[in-house]
Amino acid sequence: MPMTCDGEGLNLTLTVTGEVDHHRAKDLMRQIDGELERTLARNVTVDLSGVTFMDSSGIAVLLRIYRRTSEIGGEVTIRGVPDQAGKVLRTAGLFKLMKME
Amino acid sequence: MKPVNEVKLDFWSRSANEAFARTAAACFAAQLDPTLDEVNDIKTAVSEAVTNVIVHAYPDCIGKVILRLRLFEDHTVEIVIKDHGVGIPDVEKAREPLFTTGSEERSGMGFTIMESFTDSMRVRSQVGKGTTVTLRKKIARRLGGSH
Repeated sequence: MPMTCDGEGLNLTLTVTGEVDHHRAKDLMRQIDGELERTLARNVTVDLSGVTFMDSSGIAVLLRIYRRTSEIGGEVTIRGVPDQAGKVLRTAGLFKLMKME
Repeated sequence: MKPVNEVKLDFWSRSANEAFARTAAACFAAQLDPTLDEVNDIKTAVSEAVTNVIVHAYPDCIGKVILRLRLFEDHTVEIVIKDHGVGIPDVEKAREPLFTTGSEERSGMGFTIMESFTDSMRVRSQVGKGTTVTLRKKIARRLGGSH
């Protein structure tokens, strides 16, 4: 499965795997939007350890999670960032906005 | 400088071809024995360039994307991504980080990533005629490499 969700109460972990590009971003965002709306989680952890490729579409996906979570006063943590995705996210300065584990 | 090898691909501007284009570019560049980081830089830059064509050059239709890859004696890979789409009215503006005319799915970081993941980037565009992006990246020579 390309994305799985886990958590209870105010905590939600989104596990994203595979390739994150423009081709996939729309579906991924729809899935994530659904989860964020369903759970109204405050503490969102995004686990990227299974991501095999990410381009700037991934930046847009993470920024969307950040915006949605910030709106309700929550925080986003990114976990298990692979090297290639990390370089993309650093170029966009994303780690200044979100915590990294 | 004359290239030592060249390949030219043209394909439709369907998003399913983003993965095809970056993988093809990485496979061709493999002849220069790049490191995994260098391969990833090429894949990322090509993915951005092809996505730009799909999203911006042909916003309401499917058009042709031309990808030309050339290898040079000095261990440089040149990647040319060309389209006959709508063109970019203000290239300087388009190259600015976070600038996008796209929807919420876009981050406006495409050109910034292409530029920082390669050694040089040239963008030529004419409104109504299309855009050509030329990227060059030098692949470090390694001991025991095939070139």
